[in-house]
Amino acid sequence: MSGVQQALVAGQTNAGVRWRAWGGGLRGSEYSWAIAFTLPYAAVFLAFVAYPVVFGLWLGHSPELYSQLFDDPLYLNTVVNTILYVGIGVNVRMFLAFLISGFFMRREWWVRALFLAFILPWAMPALPTALSFHWLLNGQWGLFDNLLWFLFGVDGPIWLNSRWTALGSNIVAYIWKFMPFWTVIFLAGRMAIPQDLYEAADVDGATGYRRFAHVTFPLLANLYLICTLLSTIFTVGDFTTVYFVSGGGPAMSTDVLATLGIREAFTVGRPELGVAAVMTALPIVIPIVIFLMRKLSTTEVQL
Amino acid sequence: MSLALTAGWSNRRRYRVRHALMQSAAILFALVLLIWSLLPIYNMLLMALDKHDDIFSGAIWPPEPTLYSFQIVVTEGFWYLQYFWKQYANSIYVGAATTFFTLLIGSLTSYTVGRLRPPKAWLITNTAMLTYVIPASFLAIPFYRIMSTYGLGNSLWGVVAAYVTFGTPYAIFIFQQYGKSIPMELDESARIDGASPLQIYLRIYLPLMAPALVAVGTYALLLAWNDFLFQFLLLSSEKNMTVPVALAQFFNSDEAPWNYMMATAIVYSIPPVLFYYLFRNKMASGLTMGGVKG
Repeated sequence: MSGVQQALVAGQTNAGVRWRAWGGGLRGSEYSWAIAFTLPYAAVFLAFVAYPVVFGLWLGHSPELYSQLFDDPLYLNTVVNTILYVGIGVNVRMFLAFLISGFFMRREWWVRALFLAFILPWAMPALPTALSFHWLLNGQWGLFDNLLWFLFGVDGPIWLNSRWTALGSNIVAYIWKFMPFWTVIFLAGRMAIPQDLYEAADVDGATGYRRFAHVTFPLLANLYLICTLLSTIFTVGDFTTVYFVSGGGPAMSTDVLATLGIREAFTVGRPELGVAAVMTALPIVIPIVIFLMRKLSTTEVQL
Repeated sequence: MSLALTAGWSNRRRYRVRHALMQSAAILFALVLLIWSLLPIYNMLLMALDKHDDIFSGAIWPPEPTLYSFQIVVTEGFWYLQYFWKQYANSIYVGAATTFFTLLIGSLTSYTVGRLRPPKAWLITNTAMLTYVIPASFLAIPFYRIMSTYGLGNSLWGVVAAYVTFGTPYAIFIFQQYGKSIPMELDESARIDGASPLQIYLRIYLPLMAPALVAVGTYALLLAWNDFLFQFLLLSSEKNMTVPVALAQFFNSDEAPWNYMMATAIVYSIPPVLFYYLFRNKMASGLTMGGVKG
C-alpha cells in the first residue's frame, strides 16, 4: 500500500489525519481561520459579481427585447462596428506589439531611451488620451490635418465626420493606448526564452527568419494566443475610447455594443434594452472565456 | 592570393554596407515609433499651452506658449473647475482605498488558498479567474442599479467596491504565483512553534510578499486612476465627482475652453506617469511574475 493510499484509508476513519492528507493540511482552529480569511473575497464576489450577473441576466431575459433589437438597423450597424473594432483593433495591435517587442530586445542606449517614451500611452489615463485623439483628428483645426498640410500640402479629410474614417480613428486610438502594454508582455516572454536555445540554433546555422520561425515563435505561440483572446475580451468591454474619440458619431454610426448598451440604459433610460444589447456579444465572449479558463489553469502563463 | 584578398575585402565591405543599412532602418523605425507615441501627448501640451480658447488657428506649435491655463486649473479659476482640488482629493481617495482593499482581500485569499490549502481551494481561484475575464462594461448597467440598492449610489465607496471587484482576481493570481517561491517550511516551523495562521500571515507571509504587494498595489492604484466608466456611472454630484467625471462634463458642454480642459487632463495624468517611471521595474516584474512561459 502506497503512502497516499494509506493516508486516504486513514482519512476515512480519523478526521484529524484526514486534513493532513491535503498538502499543507489543516488542524481544528486553522479551519476556522481559513474560512475567516476567505470570507472577505466571498462577500465581494457574491455582492459585486454574482448578484449583478444574475440581476443583469434577469433584466435582459425577455425575448421581446431581442426582437426589438434585431429590428433596429442602428443595432445591426453597431454589430458590424463591434466586429471591425475588435477584429482589426485586436489583431493589428497584437501583431505590431509582437514585432515591436522584438525591436526592444536590442541593447543600444537609444532603444532603451525610446522605450521610456513608447510606454507613455499606457502610463497615461485612458480618458485624457482619448480626448486628445478627439481634438487631434478634429477636421478644421486638428493638429493631424495641420501637420499634413504643413508637411505635404495635403488637405486631410474631416476624420470624425464620416463613418469609416471615424471608426478607423477609434481603432487607431485604441491600438495606440494599449499596444505598449502587450509589447511589455511579449518582451517579457521573449526574455524568458533561454539563451542557449538560440546558441544551439546558431550552431545549427539558423539565423534571421528561421531562427524566428523555429525558436522564437513556437515558444511564444501559446502566449500570443492567450494574449489575443484576453485582449479580445477587454476590447469588447471598452467604452471610453469610442465614447470620447468619435462619441459614437456621426449620427451614432460608429457605436459599438458597449457604448450602445450604456446609451440605451442611461441616456434613453431603458436598462433592459441596454443589457440585452450588451448580452448579444455573449455567444462570442463565453466560448473565449471557457477556452481561456482552461488554458490559464493548464499552462504557466500569468498576466 | 590577390584574388582571395579582394574577395575578403568585398565581403567585409558588403557586410558593412548591410550593417549600416540595417542600422539606419532601425533608426527610422525608432523615429516612427517616437512620433507615433508622442504625437497625441504633444497635442495635449499644444492645446494646454495656448492662452486663448480659440486656439485652433492651424498652428503646429504654440504661437505664444503660456502656463496660464495651468494657473487657472490650479487656482480653480473657472466655474467648471470650481471643485477641482476636492475632485482631485476624491480621485486620490478612491485610488488609495482601492489599493488597500485589493491588497488586503487579495492577500488573505491567496494566503488561504496557497498556504493553508483547505480542500476545494481551486474553486476560489477559478471563480476569481472568471471575474477577471468578464468584460467590464457588461457589469456596468446592473452595477448602477445594485449600488443604489446597497445605498452606495453617488458614493465614492461604490466606485471603490467596483475596482476592488476587478482588482482582486488579478491580485490573487499574482500572489499565488509569487507565493510559490516562499518555502512552506517557514510556515511549518512557525506552526510547530505555536503560531496561529493570523500570526504567520502577518509576520511571515506579508513581509516576504512585499515585492508582489508593491506590484499589485501599483496595478490597483492605476486601475482606479485610469478608469472612467464606473466613476462616470456611479458619481453624479459635483462635490462627489472625481477628476475624469468632471473632465467628461467639460467635454460635453458646448463652449468649454479647451485649453483649460487639456491643462486639467495633463495635471490628472502626471501622477500615474510619475508612478509608472518610479515603479517601472517592479510593475513589469509583477506583470510577468511567475514567468510568461507559454
